[in-house]
Amino acid sequence: MVSNMKKLITRLQTRYELTDLVYQRPDLTLATIRKDKLRSLLIELRDVEAFTHLTLLTAVDWMEEDLFQLTYMMTNRSANQTLAVRVMLDRRNPVGDTIHDLWPTAETYQRELKEMFGIDFPSSPRVDEEFILEGWTDLPPYRRDFDSLAYSQQTYRDRPGRQTHDPREHMKKHLYPDTEPGGTE
Amino acid sequence: MLSYQTDRSQYPATGPDGKLEIDLESGKYLKLWQGPNHPGITGNMSVELTVCGDEVVEGKTHVGYLHRGFEKLMERRSFIQVFPIVCRVCVPEPDFNEYCYAAAVEELSGIEVPEMANWIRTLILEMGRFNSYMMYMGGQSGSMGLGIVGQWMTYVRDLMLDRFEELTGARVYHMFIMPGGVRGHLPEGFEDRMEGVLKTAERYLDDVEKVMFRNAVFKRRTKGTGYIDPALFEAYGVTGPNARAGGVAKDVRKDSPYLVYDQLDFDIPTATDSDIYARADVRYRDLRETIGLIRQILQKMPKDGPVMAKLPNVMHWKIPRGETYIKGESSRGEFGYYLVTDGSGYPRRINVRGPSYTHAMALLEHLIPGTNISDVAGLLVSLHTYPPEIER
Repeated sequence: MVSNMKKLITRLQTRYELTDLVYQRPDLTLATIRKDKLRSLLIELRDVEAFTHLTLLTAVDWMEEDLFQLTYMMTNRSANQTLAVRVMLDRRNPVGDTIHDLWPTAETYQRELKEMFGIDFPSSPRVDEEFILEGWTDLPPYRRDFDSLAYSQQTYRDRPGRQTHDPREHMKKHLYPDTEPGGTE
Repeated sequence: MLSYQTDRSQYPATGPDGKLEIDLESGKYLKLWQGPNHPGITGNMSVELTVCGDEVVEGKTHVGYLHRGFEKLMERRSFIQVFPIVCRVCVPEPDFNEYCYAAAVEELSGIEVPEMANWIRTLILEMGRFNSYMMYMGGQSGSMGLGIVGQWMTYVRDLMLDRFEELTGARVYHMFIMPGGVRGHLPEGFEDRMEGVLKTAERYLDDVEKVMFRNAVFKRRTKGTGYIDPALFEAYGVTGPNARAGGVAKDVRKDSPYLVYDQLDFDIPTATDSDIYARADVRYRDLRETIGLIRQILQKMPKDGPVMAKLPNVMHWKIPRGETYIKGESSRGEFGYYLVTDGSGYPRRINVRGPSYTHAMALLEHLIPGTNISDVAGLLVSLHTYPPEIER
């Protein structure tokens, strides 16, 4: 199965300039592509190579590198192969290409990404409608620089008399009292 | 399906932008919220219906009533601390979250799971599937006014929860599957007590077949209602029993066997009508297969052996940069975890791919126009959705 996937990648690689190839498992391959070539690759995968199932679409925040990674996971269910296509977006102006016309279900994913990461998908239906959050004015909450602890401390009050423990310190004290700090075993 | 004549002249026209032109001031239409607190809704979500007479012209799914930001919470915890959170993503079938997360962590950190643990994991997943189907059968019949089936199924599910309790110490959130294996062996005499539960379940299911599947009212209301065109399956990401009811014999357990499914003998029930009745029928037959699978697992599994691989010190557990996707066949369709690690002691990103995400949002909104208002609950339940998977 790996060889079939390698043949497919060889066919696609020169035309679409796939980089960072990872053959993670016999049925899972990952590759990165430039944003301007994404749409034609997805159409070819769907219509020619039978990768008809959009398994998921999500984002990863690489804040340190100033990048958002969009992951389009496509599955060919008859050959049982999954190909994850990564697209890197500039984190300062994250705009993705909408694919709701290829898979209507992508509309939901794109709405969520707009709300949770602030990645825009122009012309995607209802992309500006609230999905989960109501009246949210802060940073998009799934970005790495959104501090959920600080937010909850500002927004909610603790019950009087409530005690909290740092989980790491608590576990160390009660479960692993003999462990040296920084040790691996 | 109820037969009724509709006056099309009252129905909304489509505007130039493709949207329906619904003028609420005209008095022809009514906005009605089904949920978030409604017996005909699956969990904490709601459907905003626009009705004209008793026919729905538009439906929008609203979620967010139980959003806790699970994926965000996981990013701020070490790999072992994530483990008590994952099961909360799906209440009636929490074990898939544990398995997918554990398998993803094991793959990226190169941990080999003992054989015995894989058998116990398979057993746990099938017990979870049994419970999930039991809840579905009760919900589907309840949505059509057959409350008694719901009461029977709740009783049988409770017996299975007893088995979960003696095996894992917990009834709903088990936290038994851990990265590296499972937390323990089967208790003594477990097989016999499980056989008792399965026999009781079969007795009740015989009755369910009579009162539900051969019931004229149930048939009349569900046959032909909630039809999903098989041509839409790929466009809307339809998987699991919803697709199998439309003739797609795809099951991750068969196509891409994980754990010990390649050593087990089972069929994939399918139907062709792709309506509510077909989906209920596929699930009913799959529930029978699940009962057979639990028996097979208990019979074939090794009786002894280690159940836990050696883990690194979990307080200082760092996983090299990488990403993977682990999938399995839950009772609702393909369930998966996408895990990205960056070499630190915390996950960079965890994304849960729940089947409800596609079924209850885009697909439901596509199916709902034209449905009679009394069939909305039945349609919704027939897609078998659990809202926490949507909002995570």
